[in-house]
Amino acid sequence: MLVIPTMAELLQQVCNGLLLGSLFALVAVGYTMVYGILRLINFAHCDIFMMAMYIAFFIVAPDSRWWFIGFIIVIAITAILGMGVEKIAYTPLRKQNAPKISMLISAIGMSYLLENLATVLFTGKPKTFPQIELLVGMIEIGPIRLQRLALVVPIVTFLLMVILLTLINKTKAGMAMRAVSKDLETAKLMGINVNSTISFTFAVGSAIAGVGAILWGLKYPQISPLVGVMPGLKCFVAAVIGGIGNIKGAVLGGLILGFVEIMAVAFFPSISAYKDIFSFAILIIILLFRPNGIIGEKIAEKV
Amino acid sequence: MKRLLARISACLFTIPFLLTGCGSGEQEDGSSIKIGVFQPITGSMAAGAAIQIEGIELAYRERPTVKINGQDVNVKLVKADNKSDKVEAATAVSKLVEEDEVAAIIGSYSSTPSIGAYDIIRKGKVAAVGASCTNPAVTEGNDNYFRVCFIDPYEGTVMANYAYNNLGARVAAVTTEKGNDYSVGVAQYFKEAFEKLGGTVYEASYQTGDQDFNAQIISLKSKNPDVFFVPGNFTEAAMFIKQARQAGVNSTMLGGDTYEVQEFIGIGGKEVEGVMFAAFFDPDAELTPLTKEFVEKYRQENGGKDPAGETALGYDAYNLICDAIEKANSFDSVAIRDAIAESDFIGVTGPVKFDENGNPTKAAVIKKVENGKFVYFDSLLAG
Repeated sequence: MLVIPTMAELLQQVCNGLLLGSLFALVAVGYTMVYGILRLINFAHCDIFMMAMYIAFFIVAPDSRWWFIGFIIVIAITAILGMGVEKIAYTPLRKQNAPKISMLISAIGMSYLLENLATVLFTGKPKTFPQIELLVGMIEIGPIRLQRLALVVPIVTFLLMVILLTLINKTKAGMAMRAVSKDLETAKLMGINVNSTISFTFAVGSAIAGVGAILWGLKYPQISPLVGVMPGLKCFVAAVIGGIGNIKGAVLGGLILGFVEIMAVAFFPSISAYKDIFSFAILIIILLFRPNGIIGEKIAEKV
Repeated sequence: MKRLLARISACLFTIPFLLTGCGSGEQEDGSSIKIGVFQPITGSMAAGAAIQIEGIELAYRERPTVKINGQDVNVKLVKADNKSDKVEAATAVSKLVEEDEVAAIIGSYSSTPSIGAYDIIRKGKVAAVGASCTNPAVTEGNDNYFRVCFIDPYEGTVMANYAYNNLGARVAAVTTEKGNDYSVGVAQYFKEAFEKLGGTVYEASYQTGDQDFNAQIISLKSKNPDVFFVPGNFTEAAMFIKQARQAGVNSTMLGGDTYEVQEFIGIGGKEVEGVMFAAFFDPDAELTPLTKEFVEKYRQENGGKDPAGETALGYDAYNLICDAIEKANSFDSVAIRDAIAESDFIGVTGPVKFDENGNPTKAAVIKKVENGKFVYFDSLLAG
């Protein structure tokens, strides 16, 4: 059952793992940011991801020469969509001090709403994500063949992580986010505009999901209304593995998950169809030993 | 004010659902006979099914009535969506049998939902005629299930023979899409036939909905196969082949009849050039005298576009049922079932005569992707 790959194959697999892991990391960051600030698992996140792919399809596919500007517009629209979801599905509940569980149900409802809306608007027929030759072209480094994306994606992920950490730790908006995440009521008393801070968090998280969706679409160029479900689930797992609420944790979790998935198939090709099992098994194992995730902080009980 | 705005926008969001949610209540009418169209209208198989439904509707427009007791009776098509899902399939087909009381059923595209409907069809009194569900399990041991297409063993065996004899392949890499009965069936028969001929087979598998196949590709590539056989849903297969080519695999790529949708080329791009697969039909392969007539009619109605195999099979399934209704000369679904079982039908995809399992023996054509188009490459006789 166990197959030992050659050195060249292993190197190729490492590159594939890094690419897949970075993609997971980008989406996982969105889950973690919303959880960090609202203690809410935003189930609609994976559908915002899916919508971003459709938006990219409609904006970039007709004329892919201006793809760079197109992608920036896509990211902006996705951020607005994320804020819209928050305004429609979460703000009204929060204002009425609804219990956390109602917010969760609202998130699940929003997720189904977006999936079905996409089915109604765009039909179930899969669409092809625009292929930007500059990004999807192949390069060869010794025995390894890679898409240029394999270099672009990890760099983009790393840069976004650095920018995000700077934003959260070094800016005023970031300070407000940290305050809201620590204690929403007290932050309000201190004169922080809680609503706009939460909106801002959703916008940033969704914008990063937009970046993730674009890169994902370039790598796996098929768009359908349910395209976000499996990546969404995996990225949620990634966020939990790393320690939900922690941005570095989400990136680390994404990378671990990407590597585990690719390496599991590399070493056990005969059970490759069941690679999802490895992702969820690793979740269970990590949670057994570190219930708060690898670098998650212990959440103080509020009495 | 803000809360009001939020509520209004929430309402606006739901409007599309309300509009599409209202079904059409058909009036009970003695002068019409209902035929159920059991198909995946939504979900991963929707694109393929839409092409099949096109054929059913073309046949319906051509032949909107059947003669029963010397009278012209209107045919009504009742659609039921199985949502590309095994469980939903049972619900959809129950609705056709129990609520709509259809005389016969066409469908489903893909074997998975068809197998989901197996028990309800078997226990019910309504016959179903599949158009392109090729898994043997659909009709096996089921007196009420028939189909106008050939079955997996034939498709898998045909491709294995073609690879070994015509392409000179000795080593084959075969992938299976677990959870897709069609893929599991074809892959298994390919493997058996190819090994019987003296070839070597290496296997890998993936799940429906997977998007990354690099790990499987790299482990198969190390075996230097002459051909890859990638049967399954066209979305996954297109991405598999694309990623294999990007990983530097030069082997000939072979596949199944599910590839025959434009989206396959859309997703696969230039990497799916040269892919070969077994198909039921090609407008250039004159399988019966009716083929040409059908092709010309379709081209006329669709601005010169060629019909797909799924379209032709949907067309044949509808006409076979109508012939059976006329032969039975009855509204009774059991009499119609018996007439279907005894069919001696000449369709546009070849003659159809059912064996004891409700399967026809039919001709096959080999098609190839060339310059972003599906072209006729070779044809094989039934046997």
